[in-house]
Amino acid sequence: MIIEALIAVTFIAAFVVMLAPDEVAGRLAAALSLLPVVGSLYMWSRFDATGNALMGGSVAFETIVPWLELGGYTLSWHVGVDGISLPLVVLTTILSTLAIVSAWTPIDDRQSQFYGLMLFMEANLLGVFTALDFFVWFVFWEAVLLPMYFLIGVWGGPRRKYAAIKFFVYTNIASLAMFIGFIALVFGLGDSVSSLDMPAIAQALRAGELGSLYGIPAGTLRSVAFVAMFLGFAVKVPIVPFHTWLPDAHVEAPSPVSVMLAGVLLKMGTYALLRFNFTMLPETATAFAVPIALIAVISVIYGAMLALAQQDLKRIVAYSSVSSMGYVILGLIAYTTYGVGGATFQMIAHGLISGLMFMSVGVIYNTTHTRMVGDMSGMADRMPVTTGILIAGAFGYMGLPLMAGFAGEFFIFKGAFESTVTAGMPLFTAAAMFGIVIVAGYLLLAMQRTLFGSFRLETDYEVGPAALHETVPLAILLVTIIVLGVAPDLFFGMIQDAVNPLLDFGGEFS
Amino acid sequence: MIPIQTQLPTWTAVAPTLLLGLTALVLLIVDSIDPDSTRPTALAGISALGSVAALGVAGWFLLAGTGQEGGAIELYGGSIVVDGMSLFFTVIFASVAAMVSLASFDYLRDRTYQAEFYSLVMLAATGMSLMGSSGSLATVFVSLELASLPSYALVAFLKKNRGSVEAGLKYFLIGAVSSAVFAFGISLVYAVTGSLLLTDVAAAIGSAGDLVGVAGIGIVMIAGGFAFKTASVPFHFWAPEAYEGAPAPISAFLSSASKAAGFAVAFRVFAVAFPIDSVVPMGVDWPLLFAVLAVVTMTLGNFAAATQENVKRMLAYSSVGHAGYALIGLAALSGGGPNGAVMGASMAHLLVYGFMNTGAFLFIAMVEHWGIGRTFEDYNGLARQAPVACLAMTVFMFSLAGLPPFGGFLSKYALFYEAIQGGFWWLAAVGAINSALSLFYYSRVVKAMWIEDPSGSFDLGATPLGIYVAVLVAAVGTLVLLPAFGPVVETAQSAATALFA
Repeated sequence: MIIEALIAVTFIAAFVVMLAPDEVAGRLAAALSLLPVVGSLYMWSRFDATGNALMGGSVAFETIVPWLELGGYTLSWHVGVDGISLPLVVLTTILSTLAIVSAWTPIDDRQSQFYGLMLFMEANLLGVFTALDFFVWFVFWEAVLLPMYFLIGVWGGPRRKYAAIKFFVYTNIASLAMFIGFIALVFGLGDSVSSLDMPAIAQALRAGELGSLYGIPAGTLRSVAFVAMFLGFAVKVPIVPFHTWLPDAHVEAPSPVSVMLAGVLLKMGTYALLRFNFTMLPETATAFAVPIALIAVISVIYGAMLALAQQDLKRIVAYSSVSSMGYVILGLIAYTTYGVGGATFQMIAHGLISGLMFMSVGVIYNTTHTRMVGDMSGMADRMPVTTGILIAGAFGYMGLPLMAGFAGEFFIFKGAFESTVTAGMPLFTAAAMFGIVIVAGYLLLAMQRTLFGSFRLETDYEVGPAALHETVPLAILLVTIIVLGVAPDLFFGMIQDAVNPLLDFGGEFS
Repeated sequence: MIPIQTQLPTWTAVAPTLLLGLTALVLLIVDSIDPDSTRPTALAGISALGSVAALGVAGWFLLAGTGQEGGAIELYGGSIVVDGMSLFFTVIFASVAAMVSLASFDYLRDRTYQAEFYSLVMLAATGMSLMGSSGSLATVFVSLELASLPSYALVAFLKKNRGSVEAGLKYFLIGAVSSAVFAFGISLVYAVTGSLLLTDVAAAIGSAGDLVGVAGIGIVMIAGGFAFKTASVPFHFWAPEAYEGAPAPISAFLSSASKAAGFAVAFRVFAVAFPIDSVVPMGVDWPLLFAVLAVVTMTLGNFAAATQENVKRMLAYSSVGHAGYALIGLAALSGGGPNGAVMGASMAHLLVYGFMNTGAFLFIAMVEHWGIGRTFEDYNGLARQAPVACLAMTVFMFSLAGLPPFGGFLSKYALFYEAIQGGFWWLAAVGAINSALSLFYYSRVVKAMWIEDPSGSFDLGATPLGIYVAVLVAAVGTLVLLPAFGPVVETAQSAATALFA
């Protein structure tokens, strides 16, 4: 029942904060959001699942309650966590609390609504990462969009209306494509499944029980459904060329919202790709391996090139997310323990590092009211602590050893090189690794121009060190990144345990 | 649980309907004792209490299995039938009537003829409840008129307001014409079958022989009568005018309860009296007729809604669109198909719709009470002044658009899903595309309230408590119907399946 408790507590907290007066909303939201943090850490300490939840492994904290029956399919409230979802649950709770605290300074309008929506989003994200019934999962998946739409649209920058609607329309249409693709698969399975239970469907699909649907043969149906679901998730990740909503959304969103967007929301896309496309239809994935790997490499390089061309610190970090998520796709398509496991680990690592980057850019913006690289220089003189953390975060992004980003990228590259799925994998990996150089290039360039040199900034404001409540979340994130970099096994063991069953294609196809 | 009819006399099965009718009479008595009643609290209270009592009894009967276990309860030789379906629809009418009564308390402040207003609402609700339990074409016609006549008066209730009077007149004229069409259709069916009882019509219509053409015209004319009541194309012209001109609580009442009543009677008449297995082979393919109506109605309603500048008109057209979705319950029927499942899903959608659409119109009532304009621009920045009410309106809008996690998502999902199961995937596809389109205009309201900056300053004055409570009740209902949807849809589907037995 702990998962239900976690989700329910967060929903109730959202409601309480929504009704609280503005003056106390921020503090109250931070305090209440500690409850899910404690809950998720407790889950982590008592975690006892083995194997993959969708592949017949034992699931931790599982609940199945039949909900309703429609047209012969049972929908159930089915939640549980395995080694893939638990790290994401922990990431969600921790990052939410830190994002809420980091919002204390910049959010000065309609606070109770802002913090209420943040908690509402957190509750739905927890649902996305724990649901094991497709229907329940889809409800949470869609419900994440609504608070994000308001968070960008109400508290965002000058072009917030455009960015919010673009985000909403893109992701909503993507969800629809994914939904149709998945339901087509379920109908194609015919009588071999009687529910929308994800484990049952995954196992039926893997056992090759897909039949034809309305005259479409099983092979075509599988490919079409795979592409529909891939497109649906690719927008969320986002992968080039579906990434155009991301920079708009990031630039217009207030920094704490960007933290959630880059840190957790993008992970929904890769998590769903792993759960649906790569788990349920591995043979179709391997058939499409070359184009997917190609898209991944293009995302890495093109995202990094775009980042190189930006003048806005936030845009730089936003585009670099496109490039980092490309690594994740590359790891997934490798279909090796290190590839898929590393991709899952990189989801966590990127969540923490991009969270750190957006938060520190937010802190600088709160003080200087500009994010343009050309407008400032020598920030290290005035904000030494923030500068130090920002540089550390940038190093994490570049994949410096002993930081979480290094572990994730290292696993991915190792796994991708070893991959036997396509002949060209070593080539793709080598091309993608070139992305690291560009990342290092633009991050160092931006750091050097903004942080070092003599102080120059035209402003009426006093530019000084950040407040304690702005620095503490950054410090916590940095410590987490280093801890995960030094001891990736805190999560990597359970991730591998959950990933390994996926690699066994059962001899049906190879 | 023991069915209620083993413990109470049979006539008590119509207790929910009787309670609604009695409430109307009590209101009239209160008014005749104290004609210049300046106590709207008492009138609204009686009206709301009566509806809640009817709701309670109907819900109790429904849970206890009245008219479901052991077959429907028939009164007056089968003219009145109480079964799961009639009770299910009575739950919809009574809950909408309760919310409307509550909201009217503030809306009617300082207006005359308040007692008449409430008793007309209750009389219309009585008529709707009777429509749900009509077992004969005669009672169908009488109850339809009982529901319609008070509605005409209620639409024109603001008698000094030109829009209201004009709307009432338009509604009345189209209503009268469609009543005539409907009555003529009944007479043709009677001529062929020699009976007005739905079950007898069903038994006789299979042997219509040479008269099949007459029967066919009769069935089409009856369908026309329902199209009027449910605001479906081609008898939908009155709806935007009437909903816009009427007092907003009455718009809520008409677009939710009255529409549901039209469906209640259409479901029963077509499922029971004109069985697909015997009527369709004769050449009278009424499911196809409704399929065409459904597609045209939802498409036209949604496109018209998308072009409106006035929020109330937008809602009126969107309500035409929703009539199209509910029509799938009649369109996706086929001989031997899972007919009860899709019709039940349609009924469940009407229940959810009863909450979300009533709530949306009551929010408009609140905005009218505040004296804010009617266009999207007038709503700009309203959430800064009234966040809780705007939150409720947001729930209604997203639920009407069919977005999770609100009740409307699940009811639409169930409806489209059952249509696909029945083999009508193209109908579901048209519905889904329309539903996606509807998000565009529903989100305009949300965007205006939350994201746009206020164009002027609002002076909202005192909080209208009655409307506020009614809107919140509707919002909570819309939210709670997602987790509670399982029993709702199962009840509706078993009630609908009983019709096809």
